[in-house]
Amino acid sequence: MEFMGYRRSDGSVGTRNYVGVLSTVVCANEVAATIASKVKDAVAFTHQQGCCQTPMDVERVSRVLSGLGRNPNLGAVLLVSLGCESTAVAQVAEEIRATGKRVEQVAIQALGGAFRAVAEGSLLAQELAMEIGAFPRTPCTAADLVLGLKCGSSDTTSGLAPNPALGMATDLTVESGGTVILGEVTEFIGAEHILARHAKDPETGRKILDLVERMEARAMSTGCDIRGGQPTGGNIKGGLTTIEEKSLGAIAKAGTAPIQAVYEYGEQPRVKGLVVMDSPGREPELLTGMAAAGCNVICFTTGLGAPQGFPFVPVIKITGNERTQVRMRDHIDLSVAGVIEGSESLPQAGQRIFSEILQVAAGKPTKAELSGYTKAMDIYVLGPVI
Amino acid sequence: MKRDAILLRPEDNVATALRDLLPGNVAVVGIMEDCREVAMTQAVNYGHKFAVADIANGEDIIKYGEVIGRATAAIPAGAHAHVHNIESLRGRGDR
Repeated sequence: MEFMGYRRSDGSVGTRNYVGVLSTVVCANEVAATIASKVKDAVAFTHQQGCCQTPMDVERVSRVLSGLGRNPNLGAVLLVSLGCESTAVAQVAEEIRATGKRVEQVAIQALGGAFRAVAEGSLLAQELAMEIGAFPRTPCTAADLVLGLKCGSSDTTSGLAPNPALGMATDLTVESGGTVILGEVTEFIGAEHILARHAKDPETGRKILDLVERMEARAMSTGCDIRGGQPTGGNIKGGLTTIEEKSLGAIAKAGTAPIQAVYEYGEQPRVKGLVVMDSPGREPELLTGMAAAGCNVICFTTGLGAPQGFPFVPVIKITGNERTQVRMRDHIDLSVAGVIEGSESLPQAGQRIFSEILQVAAGKPTKAELSGYTKAMDIYVLGPVI
Repeated sequence: MKRDAILLRPEDNVATALRDLLPGNVAVVGIMEDCREVAMTQAVNYGHKFAVADIANGEDIIKYGEVIGRATAAIPAGAHAHVHNIESLRGRGDR
Protein backbone atom coordinates (compact mmCIF):
# COMPACT_ATOMS: atom_id res chain seq x y z
CA MET A 1 0.00 0.00 0.00
CA GLU A 2 3.02 2.16 -0.54
CA PHE A 3 3.98 4.17 -3.58
CA MET A 4 6.87 6.42 -4.43
CA GLY A 5 5.67 10.02 -4.63
CA TYR A 6 6.86 13.61 -4.49
CA ARG A 7 6.39 14.90 -0.94
CA ARG A 8 6.07 18.71 -1.07
CA SER A 9 7.15 21.07 1.68
CA ASP A 10 3.52 21.64 2.75
CA GLY A 11 3.10 17.88 3.35
CA SER A 12 0.99 17.17 0.28
CA VAL A 13 2.15 14.44 -2.11
CA GLY A 14 2.48 14.63 -5.88
CA THR A 15 2.12 11.62 -8.14
CA ARG A 16 3.63 13.66 -10.97
CA ASN A 17 6.20 16.45 -11.07
CA TYR A 18 5.44 19.13 -13.64
CA VAL A 19 6.02 22.81 -14.18
CA GLY A 20 2.47 24.15 -14.36
CA VAL A 21 2.15 26.94 -16.92
CA LEU A 22 -1.15 28.49 -15.84
CA SER A 23 -2.94 31.00 -18.01
CA THR A 24 -4.67 33.54 -15.75
CA VAL A 25 -7.14 34.69 -18.42
CA VAL A 26 -8.58 33.38 -21.69
CA CYS A 27 -6.53 36.03 -23.58
CA ALA A 28 -3.21 34.51 -22.41
CA ASN A 29 -4.01 30.92 -23.39
CA GLU A 30 -1.96 30.83 -26.57
CA VAL A 31 1.19 32.10 -24.91
CA ALA A 32 0.82 29.61 -22.04
CA ALA A 33 0.25 26.70 -24.44
CA THR A 34 3.23 27.70 -26.62
CA ILE A 35 5.57 27.97 -23.62
CA ALA A 36 4.51 24.53 -22.37
CA SER A 37 5.08 23.04 -25.83
CA LYS A 38 8.70 24.20 -25.78
CA VAL A 39 9.80 22.73 -22.46
CA LYS A 40 9.70 19.06 -21.50
CA ASP A 41 7.86 18.46 -18.19
CA ALA A 42 5.96 21.75 -18.55
CA VAL A 43 2.18 21.50 -18.95
CA ALA A 44 -0.28 24.28 -19.71
CA PHE A 45 -3.59 24.94 -18.01
CA THR A 46 -5.82 27.05 -20.26
CA HIS A 47 -9.48 28.04 -19.85
CA GLN A 48 -12.15 30.45 -21.09
CA GLN A 49 -12.44 32.66 -17.98
CA GLY A 50 -10.75 35.50 -16.08
CA CYS A 51 -12.36 38.66 -17.46
CA CYS A 52 -15.76 40.25 -18.17
CA GLN A 53 -17.52 38.21 -15.51
CA THR A 54 -19.57 38.89 -12.40
CA PRO A 55 -17.49 39.68 -9.26
CA MET A 56 -18.55 36.34 -7.77
CA ASP A 57 -17.12 34.47 -10.75
CA VAL A 58 -13.93 36.56 -10.88
CA GLU A 59 -13.31 35.60 -7.24
CA ARG A 60 -14.07 31.98 -8.10
CA VAL A 61 -11.66 31.92 -11.05
CA SER A 62 -8.87 33.35 -8.88
CA ARG A 63 -9.60 30.79 -6.15
CA VAL A 64 -9.56 27.87 -8.62
CA LEU A 65 -6.32 29.04 -10.29
CA SER A 66 -4.74 29.28 -6.86
CA GLY A 67 -5.92 25.74 -6.06
CA LEU A 68 -4.55 24.41 -9.36
CA GLY A 69 -1.18 26.02 -8.65
CA ARG A 70 -1.12 24.46 -5.18
CA ASN A 71 -1.86 20.97 -6.57
CA PRO A 72 1.04 18.73 -5.43
CA ASN A 73 1.52 17.34 -8.95
CA LEU A 74 3.07 20.70 -9.83
CA GLY A 75 6.63 21.17 -8.56
CA ALA A 76 6.77 24.79 -9.71
CA VAL A 77 4.41 27.24 -11.40
CA LEU A 78 4.66 29.86 -14.13
CA LEU A 79 1.69 32.25 -14.28
CA VAL A 80 1.04 33.74 -17.71
CA SER A 81 -1.15 36.84 -17.70
CA LEU A 82 -2.16 39.46 -20.25
CA GLY A 83 -1.98 42.33 -17.76
CA CYS A 84 -5.45 43.91 -17.73
CA GLU A 85 -7.55 40.88 -16.66
CA SER A 86 -9.89 40.73 -13.67
CA THR A 87 -8.17 37.69 -12.13
CA ALA A 88 -6.32 38.60 -8.91
CA VAL A 89 -2.95 37.48 -10.33
CA ALA A 90 -0.73 38.77 -7.50
CA GLN A 91 -2.96 37.10 -4.90
CA VAL A 92 -2.96 33.82 -6.85
CA ALA A 93 0.87 33.92 -6.97
CA GLU A 94 1.08 34.58 -3.21
CA GLU A 95 -1.31 31.77 -2.34
CA ILE A 96 0.66 29.28 -4.45
CA ARG A 97 3.98 30.47 -2.97
CA ALA A 98 2.57 29.80 0.51
CA THR A 99 2.91 26.06 -0.23
CA GLY A 100 6.66 26.56 -0.56
CA LYS A 101 6.90 26.05 -4.31
CA ARG A 102 8.56 28.49 -6.67
CA VAL A 103 6.24 30.72 -8.71
CA GLU A 104 7.32 32.88 -11.65
CA GLN A 105 5.22 35.26 -13.71
CA VAL A 106 5.16 36.69 -17.22
CA ALA A 107 2.74 39.40 -18.35
CA ILE A 108 2.24 39.79 -22.11
CA GLN A 109 1.50 43.56 -22.11
CA ALA A 110 4.40 44.37 -19.78
CA LEU A 111 6.86 42.38 -21.89
CA GLY A 112 5.61 43.87 -25.16
CA GLY A 113 3.71 41.17 -26.97
CA ALA A 114 3.31 37.45 -27.30
CA PHE A 115 6.66 36.75 -29.00
CA ARG A 116 8.61 38.29 -26.13
CA ALA A 117 6.35 36.66 -23.52
CA VAL A 118 6.91 33.24 -25.13
CA ALA A 119 10.67 33.78 -25.13
CA GLU A 120 10.83 35.00 -21.54
CA GLY A 121 8.33 32.42 -20.33
CA SER A 122 10.12 29.53 -22.06
CA LEU A 123 13.43 30.51 -20.45
CA LEU A 124 11.74 30.61 -17.03
CA ALA A 125 9.90 27.32 -17.59
CA GLN A 126 13.14 25.60 -18.61
CA GLU A 127 14.85 26.89 -15.49
CA LEU A 128 11.96 25.69 -13.30
CA ALA A 129 11.96 22.28 -15.03
CA MET A 130 15.67 21.86 -14.28
CA GLU A 131 15.09 22.79 -10.66
CA ILE A 132 12.16 20.43 -10.04
CA GLY A 133 13.87 17.67 -12.03
CA ALA A 134 16.12 17.23 -9.01
CA PHE A 135 13.17 16.45 -6.70
CA PRO A 136 13.19 12.72 -5.81
CA ARG A 137 10.32 10.32 -5.35
CA THR A 138 10.23 9.04 -1.76
CA PRO A 139 8.09 6.40 0.00
CA CYS A 140 4.48 7.51 0.54
CA THR A 141 1.36 5.60 1.51
CA ALA A 142 -2.26 5.30 0.40
CA ALA A 143 -3.02 7.84 3.14
CA ASP A 144 -1.38 10.41 0.85
CA LEU A 145 -3.85 9.73 -1.96
CA VAL A 146 -6.41 12.36 -2.83
CA LEU A 147 -8.60 10.44 -5.24
CA GLY A 148 -11.20 12.11 -7.49
CA LEU A 149 -14.18 10.16 -8.85
CA LYS A 150 -15.85 10.60 -12.21
CA CYS A 151 -18.11 8.65 -14.56
CA GLY A 152 -19.00 9.46 -18.14
CA SER A 153 -20.45 7.95 -21.31
CA SER A 154 -22.22 5.47 -19.04
CA ASP A 155 -24.11 2.39 -20.19
CA THR A 156 -25.86 -0.62 -18.61
CA THR A 157 -22.54 -2.02 -17.38
CA SER A 158 -21.58 1.18 -15.48
CA GLY A 159 -23.85 0.67 -12.47
CA LEU A 160 -23.14 -3.08 -12.33
CA ALA A 161 -19.37 -3.40 -12.55
CA PRO A 162 -17.06 -0.35 -12.78
CA ASN A 163 -18.96 1.94 -10.39
CA PRO A 164 -19.52 -0.61 -7.58
CA ALA A 165 -15.96 -1.94 -8.07
CA LEU A 166 -14.58 1.61 -7.88
CA GLY A 167 -16.70 2.01 -4.73
CA MET A 168 -14.76 -0.86 -3.20
CA ALA A 169 -11.47 0.78 -4.19
CA THR A 170 -12.82 3.99 -2.61
CA ASP A 171 -13.50 2.10 0.62
CA LEU A 172 -9.95 0.66 0.56
CA THR A 173 -8.51 4.15 0.03
CA VAL A 174 -10.54 5.59 2.91
CA GLU A 175 -9.66 2.64 5.19
CA SER A 176 -5.97 3.34 4.39
CA GLY A 177 -6.37 6.92 5.60
CA GLY A 178 -6.64 8.57 2.18
CA THR A 179 -9.06 11.19 0.87
CA VAL A 180 -11.69 10.60 -1.80
CA ILE A 181 -13.74 13.35 -3.47
CA LEU A 182 -17.19 12.67 -4.93
CA GLY A 183 -18.46 15.39 -7.30
CA GLU A 184 -21.04 15.48 -10.12
CA VAL A 185 -23.92 16.83 -8.02
CA THR A 186 -26.34 16.35 -10.95
CA GLU A 187 -25.81 12.60 -10.55
CA PHE A 188 -27.14 12.75 -6.97
CA ILE A 189 -30.65 13.77 -8.07
CA GLY A 190 -33.13 11.10 -7.03
CA ALA A 191 -30.79 9.54 -4.48
CA GLU A 192 -29.75 12.70 -2.61
CA HIS A 193 -31.84 11.63 0.41
CA ILE A 194 -29.85 8.36 0.54
CA LEU A 195 -26.51 10.15 0.11
CA ALA A 196 -27.51 12.59 2.88
CA ARG A 197 -28.09 9.63 5.20
CA HIS A 198 -24.50 8.55 4.52
CA ALA A 199 -23.23 11.86 5.90
CA LYS A 200 -21.46 11.73 9.26
CA ASP A 201 -24.07 14.03 10.84
CA PRO A 202 -27.41 15.71 9.92
CA GLU A 203 -25.73 19.08 9.24
CA THR A 204 -23.42 17.55 6.62
CA GLY A 205 -26.43 15.70 5.17
CA ARG A 206 -28.32 19.01 4.93
CA LYS A 207 -25.41 20.51 2.96
CA ILE A 208 -25.65 17.67 0.42
CA LEU A 209 -29.37 18.34 -0.06
CA ASP A 210 -28.61 22.07 -0.40
CA LEU A 211 -26.08 21.41 -3.19
CA VAL A 212 -28.71 19.51 -5.18
CA GLU A 213 -31.35 22.19 -4.56
CA ARG A 214 -28.92 24.91 -5.68
CA MET A 215 -28.04 23.09 -8.88
CA GLU A 216 -31.68 22.37 -9.70
CA ALA A 217 -32.65 25.99 -8.98
CA ARG A 218 -29.92 27.25 -11.34
CA ALA A 219 -31.15 24.98 -14.14
CA MET A 220 -34.76 25.97 -13.39
CA SER A 221 -33.84 29.67 -13.70
CA THR A 222 -33.17 28.95 -17.39
CA GLY A 223 -36.49 27.11 -17.67
CA CYS A 224 -35.01 23.62 -17.49
CA ASP A 225 -36.32 20.93 -15.13
CA ILE A 226 -33.36 18.55 -14.84
CA ARG A 227 -35.24 16.16 -12.55
CA GLY A 228 -38.18 15.58 -14.91
CA GLY A 229 -38.03 12.76 -17.43
CA GLN A 230 -35.70 10.59 -15.35
CA PRO A 231 -35.01 7.78 -15.91
CA THR A 232 -35.21 8.33 -19.68
CA GLY A 233 -37.04 6.04 -22.08
CA GLY A 234 -33.68 4.62 -23.11
CA ASN A 235 -32.76 3.97 -19.47
CA ILE A 236 -36.04 2.09 -18.93
CA LYS A 237 -35.46 0.01 -22.08
CA GLY A 238 -32.00 -0.82 -20.73
CA GLY A 239 -33.50 -2.09 -17.46
CA LEU A 240 -33.37 0.93 -15.12
CA THR A 241 -36.69 1.29 -13.31
CA THR A 242 -36.52 4.35 -11.03
CA ILE A 243 -34.56 7.60 -10.65
CA GLU A 244 -33.27 6.33 -7.28
CA GLU A 245 -31.77 3.29 -8.99
CA LYS A 246 -30.15 5.34 -11.75
CA SER A 247 -28.52 7.76 -9.31
CA LEU A 248 -27.42 4.98 -6.94
CA GLY A 249 -25.66 3.35 -9.91
CA ALA A 250 -23.62 6.52 -10.40
CA ILE A 251 -22.83 7.23 -6.74
CA ALA A 252 -21.93 3.57 -6.12
CA LYS A 253 -18.39 4.67 -7.02
CA ALA A 254 -18.21 6.49 -3.67
CA GLY A 255 -18.43 3.22 -1.72
CA THR A 256 -19.86 2.93 1.77
CA ALA A 257 -17.71 5.23 3.95
CA PRO A 258 -19.48 8.07 5.80
CA ILE A 259 -19.30 11.48 4.12
CA GLN A 260 -17.13 13.69 6.29
CA ALA A 261 -17.66 17.12 4.75
CA VAL A 262 -19.15 19.08 1.86
CA TYR A 263 -17.02 21.59 -0.06
CA GLU A 264 -17.43 24.29 -2.67
CA TYR A 265 -16.12 23.79 -6.21
CA GLY A 266 -12.32 23.53 -6.23
CA GLU A 267 -12.03 23.84 -2.45
CA GLN A 268 -9.31 21.72 -0.84
CA PRO A 269 -10.58 19.17 1.71
CA ARG A 270 -9.42 19.86 5.27
CA VAL A 271 -10.33 16.37 6.46
CA LYS A 272 -9.43 12.84 5.38
CA GLY A 273 -11.97 10.26 4.24
CA LEU A 274 -14.85 10.58 1.78
CA VAL A 275 -16.00 14.12 1.01
CA VAL A 276 -18.43 15.72 -1.45
CA MET A 277 -17.55 18.69 -3.68
CA ASP A 278 -20.00 20.90 -5.55
CA SER A 279 -19.39 20.36 -9.28
CA PRO A 280 -21.22 19.66 -12.51
CA GLY A 281 -20.93 16.41 -14.45
CA ARG A 282 -19.23 17.78 -17.56
CA GLU A 283 -15.65 16.60 -17.90
CA PRO A 284 -13.55 19.80 -18.31
CA GLU A 285 -15.16 21.57 -15.34
CA LEU A 286 -15.29 18.44 -13.17
CA LEU A 287 -11.66 17.44 -13.78
CA THR A 288 -10.50 21.03 -13.21
CA GLY A 289 -12.44 21.22 -9.93
CA MET A 290 -10.88 17.95 -8.76
CA ALA A 291 -7.39 19.20 -9.66
CA ALA A 292 -7.99 22.53 -7.87
CA ALA A 293 -9.14 20.58 -4.80
CA GLY A 294 -5.76 18.84 -4.76
CA CYS A 295 -6.52 15.44 -6.31
CA ASN A 296 -3.35 13.57 -7.23
CA VAL A 297 -5.18 10.73 -9.05
CA ILE A 298 -8.62 10.57 -10.67
CA CYS A 299 -10.60 7.40 -11.50
CA PHE A 300 -13.04 7.73 -14.39
CA THR A 301 -15.49 4.93 -15.16
CA THR A 302 -17.06 4.68 -18.59
CA GLY A 303 -19.42 2.42 -20.49
CA LEU A 304 -19.12 3.53 -24.11
CA GLY A 305 -15.61 4.97 -23.72
CA ALA A 306 -14.69 8.56 -22.79
CA PRO A 307 -11.26 9.83 -23.91
CA GLN A 308 -10.73 12.88 -21.63
CA GLY A 309 -7.67 13.33 -19.43
CA PHE A 310 -6.25 16.30 -17.55
CA PRO A 311 -2.89 18.07 -18.06
CA PHE A 312 -1.29 17.26 -14.72
CA VAL A 313 -3.46 14.75 -12.86
CA PRO A 314 -3.49 11.15 -14.16
CA VAL A 315 -7.01 10.02 -15.07
CA ILE A 316 -7.50 6.23 -14.94
CA LYS A 317 -10.21 5.00 -17.33
CA ILE A 318 -12.15 1.94 -16.16
CA THR A 319 -14.82 0.12 -18.15
CA GLY A 320 -17.05 -2.89 -17.56
CA ASN A 321 -17.99 -3.12 -21.23
CA GLU A 322 -16.05 -5.85 -23.01
CA ARG A 323 -16.60 -4.28 -26.45
CA THR A 324 -15.44 -0.83 -25.27
CA GLN A 325 -12.32 -2.37 -23.75
CA VAL A 326 -11.37 -3.63 -27.23
CA ARG A 327 -12.78 -0.95 -29.52
CA MET A 328 -11.66 2.03 -27.41
CA ARG A 329 -8.44 0.46 -26.17
CA ASP A 330 -6.41 3.62 -26.79
CA HIS A 331 -8.44 5.20 -23.96
CA ILE A 332 -9.13 2.37 -21.50
CA ASP A 333 -6.61 1.64 -18.72
CA LEU A 334 -8.45 -1.08 -16.86
CA SER A 335 -11.28 -3.45 -17.70
CA VAL A 336 -13.58 -4.97 -15.08
CA ALA A 337 -15.69 -6.66 -17.77
CA GLY A 338 -14.96 -9.92 -15.94
CA VAL A 339 -17.63 -8.91 -13.44
CA ILE A 340 -20.18 -8.87 -16.29
CA GLU A 341 -18.81 -11.99 -18.02
CA GLY A 342 -18.81 -13.77 -14.66
CA SER A 343 -15.08 -14.46 -14.36
CA GLU A 344 -14.34 -11.95 -11.58
CA SER A 345 -16.14 -10.90 -8.38
CA LEU A 346 -16.76 -7.26 -7.47
CA PRO A 347 -14.33 -7.35 -4.51
CA GLN A 348 -11.60 -8.79 -6.78
CA ALA A 349 -12.23 -6.02 -9.32
CA GLY A 350 -12.17 -3.40 -6.54
CA GLN A 351 -8.82 -4.70 -5.28
CA ARG A 352 -7.41 -4.56 -8.83
CA ILE A 353 -8.53 -0.92 -9.22
CA PHE A 354 -6.90 -0.03 -5.89
CA SER A 355 -3.62 -1.65 -7.03
CA GLU A 356 -3.80 0.27 -10.32
CA ILE A 357 -4.32 3.56 -8.42
CA LEU A 358 -1.13 2.92 -6.41
CA GLN A 359 0.85 1.98 -9.52
CA VAL A 360 -0.32 5.07 -11.40
CA ALA A 361 0.46 7.17 -8.32
CA ALA A 362 4.01 5.79 -8.47
CA GLY A 363 4.41 6.90 -12.06
CA LYS A 364 2.84 4.27 -14.31
CA PRO A 365 1.41 6.30 -17.20
CA THR A 366 -2.28 6.32 -18.10
CA LYS A 367 -3.45 5.94 -21.70
CA ALA A 368 -4.55 9.59 -21.75
CA GLU A 369 -1.08 10.71 -20.64
CA LEU A 370 0.62 8.52 -23.25
CA SER A 371 -1.54 9.85 -26.07
CA GLY A 372 -1.60 13.46 -24.86
CA TYR A 373 -5.41 13.40 -24.70
CA THR A 374 -5.14 15.52 -21.59
CA LYS A 375 -6.77 18.83 -22.36
CA ALA A 376 -10.24 18.48 -20.83
CA MET A 377 -10.08 21.64 -18.73
CA ASP A 378 -12.13 24.72 -17.89
CA ILE A 379 -13.31 26.52 -14.77
CA TYR A 380 -16.96 26.06 -13.73
CA VAL A 381 -18.54 29.48 -13.40
CA LEU A 382 -22.09 30.34 -12.39
CA GLY A 383 -22.90 33.76 -13.84
CA PRO A 384 -23.09 35.21 -17.33
CA VAL A 385 -20.23 36.43 -19.51
CA ILE A 386 -20.64 40.21 -19.61
CA MET B 1 -17.99 -20.02 -11.45
CA LYS B 2 -19.76 -18.43 -14.42
CA ARG B 3 -22.44 -15.97 -13.30
CA ASP B 4 -25.73 -15.20 -15.07
CA ALA B 5 -26.75 -12.34 -12.81
CA ILE B 6 -25.36 -10.13 -10.06
CA LEU B 7 -26.66 -9.16 -6.63
CA LEU B 8 -24.79 -5.94 -5.83
CA ARG B 9 -25.24 -6.23 -2.05
CA PRO B 10 -26.13 -9.33 -0.02
CA GLU B 11 -29.26 -7.60 1.36
CA ASP B 12 -30.71 -6.82 -2.13
CA ASN B 13 -33.97 -8.51 -3.16
CA VAL B 14 -33.51 -7.96 -6.89
CA ALA B 15 -30.60 -9.16 -9.05
CA THR B 16 -29.59 -7.84 -12.47
CA ALA B 17 -29.28 -10.22 -15.43
CA LEU B 18 -25.83 -10.29 -17.05
CA ARG B 19 -27.23 -12.19 -20.06
CA ASP B 20 -30.70 -12.87 -21.48
CA LEU B 21 -32.44 -15.39 -19.22
CA LEU B 22 -35.43 -17.63 -20.08
CA PRO B 23 -38.15 -19.20 -17.91
CA GLY B 24 -36.90 -22.57 -16.70
CA ASN B 25 -33.25 -21.43 -16.60
CA VAL B 26 -31.50 -21.80 -13.27
CA ALA B 27 -29.63 -18.50 -12.95
CA VAL B 28 -26.32 -18.42 -11.07
CA VAL B 29 -26.42 -15.14 -9.14
CA GLY B 30 -23.09 -13.74 -7.96
CA ILE B 31 -23.05 -12.11 -4.52
CA MET B 32 -19.62 -10.69 -3.73
CA GLU B 33 -17.37 -13.81 -3.57
CA ASP B 34 -20.33 -16.24 -3.37
CA CYS B 35 -23.10 -17.47 -5.64
CA ARG B 36 -26.67 -18.68 -5.25
CA GLU B 37 -29.14 -20.17 -7.71
CA VAL B 38 -32.53 -18.74 -8.65
CA ALA B 39 -35.04 -20.64 -10.83
CA MET B 40 -36.28 -18.21 -13.48
CA THR B 41 -40.06 -17.99 -13.84
CA GLN B 42 -40.07 -15.31 -16.57
CA ALA B 43 -37.83 -14.10 -19.42
CA VAL B 44 -35.47 -11.35 -18.21
CA ASN B 45 -33.19 -9.56 -20.65
CA TYR B 46 -29.60 -8.42 -20.06
CA GLY B 47 -29.51 -5.39 -17.76
CA HIS B 48 -33.02 -6.03 -16.40
CA LYS B 49 -33.86 -7.09 -12.85
CA PHE B 50 -35.64 -10.06 -11.30
CA ALA B 51 -36.71 -10.99 -7.78
CA VAL B 52 -34.34 -13.38 -5.98
CA ALA B 53 -37.09 -14.25 -3.45
CA ASP B 54 -40.84 -13.65 -3.36
CA ILE B 55 -41.60 -9.94 -2.93
CA ALA B 56 -45.02 -8.91 -1.61
CA ASN B 57 -47.11 -6.07 -3.02
CA GLY B 58 -46.04 -2.85 -1.28
CA GLU B 59 -42.67 -4.21 -0.17
CA ASP B 60 -39.49 -2.15 -0.65
CA ILE B 61 -37.29 -3.03 -3.63
CA ILE B 62 -33.64 -3.14 -2.50
CA LYS B 63 -30.64 -2.72 -4.84
CA TYR B 64 -27.19 -1.34 -3.90
CA GLY B 65 -28.39 -2.04 -0.34
CA GLU B 66 -30.85 0.87 -0.67
CA VAL B 67 -34.55 1.31 -1.39
CA ILE B 68 -34.94 2.01 -5.13
CA GLY B 69 -38.76 1.82 -5.11
CA ARG B 70 -41.80 -0.13 -3.98
CA ALA B 71 -43.55 -3.20 -5.44
CA THR B 72 -46.98 -2.38 -6.93
CA ALA B 73 -47.82 -6.10 -7.25
CA ALA B 74 -46.49 -9.36 -5.84
CA ILE B 75 -43.23 -10.32 -7.61
CA PRO B 76 -42.47 -14.04 -7.30
CA ALA B 77 -38.86 -15.24 -7.20
CA GLY B 78 -37.42 -15.45 -10.72
CA ALA B 79 -39.93 -12.94 -12.15
CA HIS B 80 -39.09 -9.76 -14.08
CA ALA B 81 -39.03 -6.70 -11.77
CA HIS B 82 -39.41 -3.43 -13.66
CA VAL B 83 -41.73 -0.44 -14.26
CA HIS B 84 -44.82 -2.73 -14.56
CA ASN B 85 -44.51 -3.87 -10.92
CA ILE B 86 -42.26 -1.25 -9.24
CA GLU B 87 -42.87 2.43 -8.59
CA SER B 88 -40.40 5.08 -7.57
CA LEU B 89 -40.86 6.82 -4.27
CA ARG B 90 -39.44 9.97 -5.90
CA GLY B 91 -41.48 10.31 -9.11
CA ARG B 92 -41.25 8.31 -12.30
CA GLY B 93 -39.83 9.10 -15.70
CA ASP B 94 -42.40 7.29 -17.83
CA ARG B 95 -45.52 9.19 -16.78
